[in-house]
Amino acid sequence: MTIRPTARPVSSRASAAVLAARAVNGLSRLLGRGSGTVIGGRAGLAVDPSLLTELGRHRRVVLVTGTNGKTTTTGMMVAALTDGDGAVATNGTGSNMPAGHVAALIGTPHADTAVLEVDEGYLGHLIEEVHPSAVVLLNLSRDQLDRIAEVRMLVDRWRAALAGLGPAGGGGAGTVVVANADDPMVTWAAGPAPDVRWVGAGQVWHEDAVGCPSCGGRIEFDDDGDWHCDTCDFARPERSAWIDGGELVLADDGRLPLDIGLPGRFNRANAAMVAVAAAALPPRPGRPAVTVATALDRLSRLGEVAGRFSTVRRRGTDVRLLLAKNPAGWTAIFDLLDESDPGSPVVLSVNARVADGYDPSWLWDVPFERLAGRTVVAAGERCRDLAVRLRYAEVDHQTVADPLEAIDAAVPGRDTGRPAPPVEFLGNYTAFATLRSRL
Amino acid sequence: MSAPAVRRRTLTVVVVYPDLLGTYGDGGNGLVLARRARWRGIDATLIQADSGRPLPRGDLYCLGGGEDGPQVRAATSLIGEGTLARAVDDGAVVLAVCAGFQLVGRSFPDAADRPHEGLGLLDVTTRKGGLRRAVGELVADIDAGAPRGRDGTPLPRLTGFENHGGVTTLGPEARPLARVVSGVGNGAGDGTEGAWAGRVVGTYLHGPVLARNVALADLLLGWALGDGGTELLAPLDDHEEDALRAERLAAAPASGRARGAGRRTAVR
Repeated sequence: MTIRPTARPVSSRASAAVLAARAVNGLSRLLGRGSGTVIGGRAGLAVDPSLLTELGRHRRVVLVTGTNGKTTTTGMMVAALTDGDGAVATNGTGSNMPAGHVAALIGTPHADTAVLEVDEGYLGHLIEEVHPSAVVLLNLSRDQLDRIAEVRMLVDRWRAALAGLGPAGGGGAGTVVVANADDPMVTWAAGPAPDVRWVGAGQVWHEDAVGCPSCGGRIEFDDDGDWHCDTCDFARPERSAWIDGGELVLADDGRLPLDIGLPGRFNRANAAMVAVAAAALPPRPGRPAVTVATALDRLSRLGEVAGRFSTVRRRGTDVRLLLAKNPAGWTAIFDLLDESDPGSPVVLSVNARVADGYDPSWLWDVPFERLAGRTVVAAGERCRDLAVRLRYAEVDHQTVADPLEAIDAAVPGRDTGRPAPPVEFLGNYTAFATLRSRL
Repeated sequence: MSAPAVRRRTLTVVVVYPDLLGTYGDGGNGLVLARRARWRGIDATLIQADSGRPLPRGDLYCLGGGEDGPQVRAATSLIGEGTLARAVDDGAVVLAVCAGFQLVGRSFPDAADRPHEGLGLLDVTTRKGGLRRAVGELVADIDAGAPRGRDGTPLPRLTGFENHGGVTTLGPEARPLARVVSGVGNGAGDGTEGAWAGRVVGTYLHGPVLARNVALADLLLGWALGDGGTELLAPLDDHEEDALRAERLAAAPASGRARGAGRRTAVR
């Protein structure tokens, strides 16, 4: 397979679409409405609905999807594939629907590689449009139930899309699916794909996977994460790589340390998926292939993705910014808190706008009981839902709606005689974005 | 937070099949009941009863929302093993939400829209609604004929979040729980929300419903504690729940947008 950077799409309609998108972007910037990339993408798609296909042609495209970790893993994938020569096109801001993909590809026209974060509901569409070299499937659990399809409807759509992939041809021309074998829903979706690399990346949240997607039986999980259906023969597939403590085990190639820059078990899981996917890609022309070891080495130098896991300083106190959107994500962040200073105050901020889902009932699926003993402040537009949830978790807390004031309220008085531990700020999607814009 | 116990009582709260009917955070109802009992000095036990094993005996059963396939499995299993129906015969209290509400009725639709047999604990029948799900804040005034709280006063209006595609019709042996002020509710054109009969209460409200409506929680606890049970339920400091209620009631669309009789209007 020849990979050739493409400066412009081949069809005249697509050329017109790109011009339209750029014109709208320019106008948007002139009007002071930001870079206007997504609105430009929409304009381009209106002129040429097949614009994504044109823009994706001749590029190596990696699609990253899943309920949790999409943006972070996309950022990690870019880092793993960046070799200092030639940019990687990516929708790093989390605009993960087709207009955002168009914007990313137009914005980096000469990149021969694209890494695209894909909303779970658009995976089939993107596979059809861009014929990806690799698809990374992280996990699938409940998220925003008022807005998008329930888990089982989604997994069946993924399965149909992945079953439709062409057979893996010579020279890496087929699509490699890198799938988390520890997640039964992901396993069910990826099963019929022609070329799957199964990675044992772990799963923190089993509650959406107890019903067997194959027969309706019951999925039984062992303590070590292995699983099988108690009725049919659906079970965890043979893995080519898995995580063992702080190491990545390659079934046929030994062990590598997972010393990565981002914190937490779930980021080690994301790193494992990224490293396996990076090594499965066809190399760029004239370049050595990226090995698993190379990818992990590059990930060791990545400290934050889109502000997530970054630390900012406010009034003399460090504040670590963490984002989680649903029960699985919050549970994973609590695991991360267990690894860090137990004296750190925790500010929780929850909104329920359209991007968050209008119903914060999921707060009752989050094990807030684990925060008992810490200083906890409930903040955000839905701080009252949080406060009631914390009351029933019997976690002492204050309620301060404004997130910045909440951070200040969380910092202990200065008479302790020792440096204050950092504040852990945990927000859901728009609560996180709003706070970042104000810091 | 706990008030002194008048006399020690025990109570078992069972969350029914959280692995099948736990999709919408409704497991919180069981937690609210257990905590509000314990804060009054009642020795309450909370059991998360997953499917695939015998359902334990309890005084209060909570069923939550779930997806179509798991809903059918839950109904089949509960009918097959019979514990829940026997417990209700013996006076157990049931709070059934959304998919749980539908499956304690006479019949409900499966994913392919075929009617599936329910437990028949409530005389209600559910069919699939139109193309659009009912999704959004729901406010409903307690029906005049519905059970009353201590002192015989009606419960305050209900607030919650609905998210369902079913239309539920009440039969003659079921009474409406509430009348929709804003939102869809049962959706059958009669303006009702939820249903009750005996000690079985069904509703479409998530939130969870008992976290947003603690008066309903205390009503159910009073039933479960039996004669004189309400005496055990000393007032609690509910200022955080009250603040949440006030905020959500203010946030719901104005009552002028409520659905009129016989008219089914899509939400949002």
